[in-house]
Amino acid sequence: MEQSYWHSVTLDRDACRGCTNCLKQCPTQAIRVQHGKAKILKERCIDCGECIRVCPYHAKQAVTDKLACLQGYEYTIALVAPAFYGQFSRTEDCDLILTALLEIGFDDVFEVARGAQEISMATRELLEGEELLKPVISSACPAVSRMIAVRFPNLINHIIPLRSPMELSAQAARVEAMKKTGRKMEEIGVFFISPCAAKATAVKDGITVRKSHVDGVISMKEVYLRMAQQIGSVKEVKKLSKAGSVGALWATSGGEAKGSRALRSISVDGIHNVIKVLEDIEDDKLSDIEYVEALACPGGCVGGPLAAENNFVAQSRIKRLCRELPEENDLIPPEIPRLWDGAPVYRPVMELNKDLGKAMEMAMAIEDLAERLPGLDCGSCGSPSCRALAEDIVRGYAQETDCIFVMREQLNDILEHVKKNNIAIPQELLEGWENDGQKEG
Amino acid sequence: MSNGMKFRYPVDGNDFTRAGEISSKVKKQLKQLGLPPEVIRRVAIIMYEAEINMVIHANGGTIDVEITPEQIRLVFSDTGPGIPDIEKAMQEGFSTASHEVRELGFGAGMGLPNMKKNSDEMKIDTRIGVGTIMDLIVKI
Repeated sequence: MEQSYWHSVTLDRDACRGCTNCLKQCPTQAIRVQHGKAKILKERCIDCGECIRVCPYHAKQAVTDKLACLQGYEYTIALVAPAFYGQFSRTEDCDLILTALLEIGFDDVFEVARGAQEISMATRELLEGEELLKPVISSACPAVSRMIAVRFPNLINHIIPLRSPMELSAQAARVEAMKKTGRKMEEIGVFFISPCAAKATAVKDGITVRKSHVDGVISMKEVYLRMAQQIGSVKEVKKLSKAGSVGALWATSGGEAKGSRALRSISVDGIHNVIKVLEDIEDDKLSDIEYVEALACPGGCVGGPLAAENNFVAQSRIKRLCRELPEENDLIPPEIPRLWDGAPVYRPVMELNKDLGKAMEMAMAIEDLAERLPGLDCGSCGSPSCRALAEDIVRGYAQETDCIFVMREQLNDILEHVKKNNIAIPQELLEGWENDGQKEG
Repeated sequence: MSNGMKFRYPVDGNDFTRAGEISSKVKKQLKQLGLPPEVIRRVAIIMYEAEINMVIHANGGTIDVEITPEQIRLVFSDTGPGIPDIEKAMQEGFSTASHEVRELGFGAGMGLPNMKKNSDEMKIDTRIGVGTIMDLIVKI
């Protein structure tokens, strides 16, 4: 499983124009532009969805399941992330939103806020014990866990060994439905309505989950339109919501830290901010912090690339909703495990070579090359920075003339040579070139 | 390949907020070399503590990093006031940092002990009014 690298984030080659937006934004330098199209280096991608957010041509997509998948099951359950409530103007009416989900085709609903509340309680218990390395890092955001697995091996044992609220809720939902309906496990389909791509990856190729209890991941955008229409025509609202505010607040940055009740906690959102904090933890700078909530998306899960509503509006709605809800509500039976299946495994994807001597030779070659490149980090070569180009050259994936500045110099040299030796060049090819080979203007 | 890789980084004595930048660069380098995570962690902690020390006490200095297949050598040189009593400075909790510096959360007196704890060898050459050179080795 560790080597399979299934990813939700993919590229629509036809839509891609080979610009540098995603290239520059990717936090693991997992994108290159080659022959005018972006390419994702699968082993580096953490499915954070930054590229989906910044692509002006919508060429970066998340592979998720379609509503049609519901047909493969006798009984279907929508696993509703708390961020989902923030998508609709009638946020405070959870029952209405859940009833509308039943009307668009689900047989049942289960709020992930219930699982989140349980994970909050389990977190409190673990923090009270002295066994965990401080600061303890949340395990809830799959993109952050993956980031740690590829770039921060020293922090793997700081991650709290708990399942995600989604996983816990999925198993609880299935068990509950089996009791309620008398159906077999495999007849029940559990579908997570997701604000992000990383959850789809966590389900298909999880790094802390052996086999997910989620059968499919459907994007919030996919159900948004149908829901928006359905909400208006719901006739009889059913009493379905069982979530409390501790769980529902997980939708926004700060909610999870609040639920942990850690006195010294920090909440960091946005993957680039998360990286800064992880660097600090690695340098032992944050040893006085107890708990770190780290979410890849700005504002938390409501800021996910597959959410439909503006993240700031959604945050405000969730906060309003949480004022109405009881603090803690319906519980999940204790037999359903809270602990994860296992810690993520370090994937040394940045490594230059298995052999240290060889790796050092390569690293020195990179230093030399990086000195020679212009240091503008323009991305025109197709690598995210001059340094990354130097690495790519040394790894054998690129060449120095991919840099347009290096190429210009070489062209000038060629031109010089041509002139010196009176080699004839058709006049139209020389148009726009001054005597010194520099372009006019 | 016998000489290994050498890098020199200047440390700006006027800017607290930049402390950690060099550590971050070196960490990235070590991860690319595929060194064991534990070695990287120890180097990162030493680098950060030393960087902070140089900013607090010595108005900056230079860091030399030398990587060979056997070890990482870190040399921190400054032209600061020197350490009057090394034995005391090596005690946990002892600090000569000013009140202002402590207010910022630094100067808890864990710098030198932490550097010692995370290295395999540590030599300090300090002269009052001249400066300090700390020479540390982390074995791979």
